[in-house]
Amino acid sequence: MIRVVLPHHLRTLAHVGKEVELQVQDPATLGAVLDALEARYPMLRGTIRDHVTKQRRPFIRFFAGGEDLSLESQDALLPKAVAAGEEPLRVVGAMAGG
Amino acid sequence: MNGIRVLVGTRKGAFILTSDARRKKWEVSGPHFAGWEIYHLKGSPADPDRLYASQTSGWFGQVIQRSDDGGLTWKTPGGGLEKTPEGFSQGESNKFVYEGEVGTHQWYDGTQHPWEFKRIWYLEPSLTDPDTVYAGAEDAALFRSRDGGATWQELAGLRRARGDLWQPGGGGMCLHTILQDPTDPNRIFTAISAAGAFRTDDGGQTWRAINHGLLSRYELPDPDAEIGHCVHNLAMHPARPGVLFMQKHWDVMRSDDAGESWREISGDLPTDFGFPIAVHAHEPDTVYVVPIKSDSEHYPPEGKLRVYRSRTGGDEWEPLTKGLPQKDCYVNVLRSAMAVDSLDPCGVYFGTTGGQVYASADAGDSWAPVVRDLPAVLSVEVQTLP
Repeated sequence: MIRVVLPHHLRTLAHVGKEVELQVQDPATLGAVLDALEARYPMLRGTIRDHVTKQRRPFIRFFAGGEDLSLESQDALLPKAVAAGEEPLRVVGAMAGG
Repeated sequence: MNGIRVLVGTRKGAFILTSDARRKKWEVSGPHFAGWEIYHLKGSPADPDRLYASQTSGWFGQVIQRSDDGGLTWKTPGGGLEKTPEGFSQGESNKFVYEGEVGTHQWYDGTQHPWEFKRIWYLEPSLTDPDTVYAGAEDAALFRSRDGGATWQELAGLRRARGDLWQPGGGGMCLHTILQDPTDPNRIFTAISAAGAFRTDDGGQTWRAINHGLLSRYELPDPDAEIGHCVHNLAMHPARPGVLFMQKHWDVMRSDDAGESWREISGDLPTDFGFPIAVHAHEPDTVYVVPIKSDSEHYPPEGKLRVYRSRTGGDEWEPLTKGLPQKDCYVNVLRSAMAVDSLDPCGVYFGTTGGQVYASADAGDSWAPVVRDLPAVLSVEVQTLP
């Protein structure tokens, strides 16, 4: 079970709490987790990455275990602690604006 | 007894203001979609409880919301594989993809730049079918949904009307106005900043520019170019759809031939710069604008918030000031932030970037704030309920 922490506005859009748990088949890559997240909460499609290109939206970042994974390939394996459900994958909206 | 529902989009959420026909006591609900920019909400003329909202964010992109109960509850109508417990399929209501080759338009420096979807500025529900709704996008394009907002398809013929010459105005390259001709379902008008006004006579398949008579001396190297005018807003009286009124960047304009030609009707306005324009519900020649000092200073002249009304279809204008601040007022009224109800006397409503929504229950003779402290108002629409 992989844990994902969403930013406030995406929690309200998806009607979920701070953290969601997802069943993801191996290999546990960032892309596989995002696929599972969007399959379970389809209203999140397009809000984290582009509908068509699947590129990360510019003001979204991914963190896990204190590491910034934003620039990693979506095919890269997630850290073991995330794959094991010990640490959450954090989807973070950049702090900006008024 | 009739009721009034005012749909207000703001920088930080949507608000719904309701009143009985006296329009004296108001109830405020919201913020709906708190913290998100709500560019526009509008109700279906065919089913007043069917509302559509454009919820958008620089962080998270575009979401379309739909209500089937007059704004009490909202859903993302979807189109994906999964269903909610209520039976909605979800997922693709926020998917706006340009048809075919994306193409390019003119960029600020005159080079060509590819279209990039940013947000939906305007939602126009069909006059007859609650499940059909049009959406005006930035970068400018027109989309249509025929399944209640679940999926969207571009009417790409619009961008073939010399889209390569369109360019972004100060607010971005947005399609911000959609008008349907109630006597001809195949005729639709749109306006784009900064490209101009466009018309289709075949239900959206083919379009042509309708900008003859517009002059943009300060903005365009060729002042009467076919394409490139910064049209801010269009208005029409449903009983006389061949007559259009336009607030251009500078100049208030009128067409008596469905946009084939335009003439200036700014007349004795203190300034002819502004954003919204509206027509009285029962008097097709009574028109409202809110003059703004200039394109450099987006606030009312002399710090006096004045709506101007013409009862002669333009040229002659009178200031409407009763109940509006007449000193130290430096708000703006954006292009989609003025609307009328269809009661008698006609109600007129507008919202400001300072968060006030003003209402007049006597066609503009006097005004009172419904709310004073909302986030900056982006849009105001009114529903007259049975």
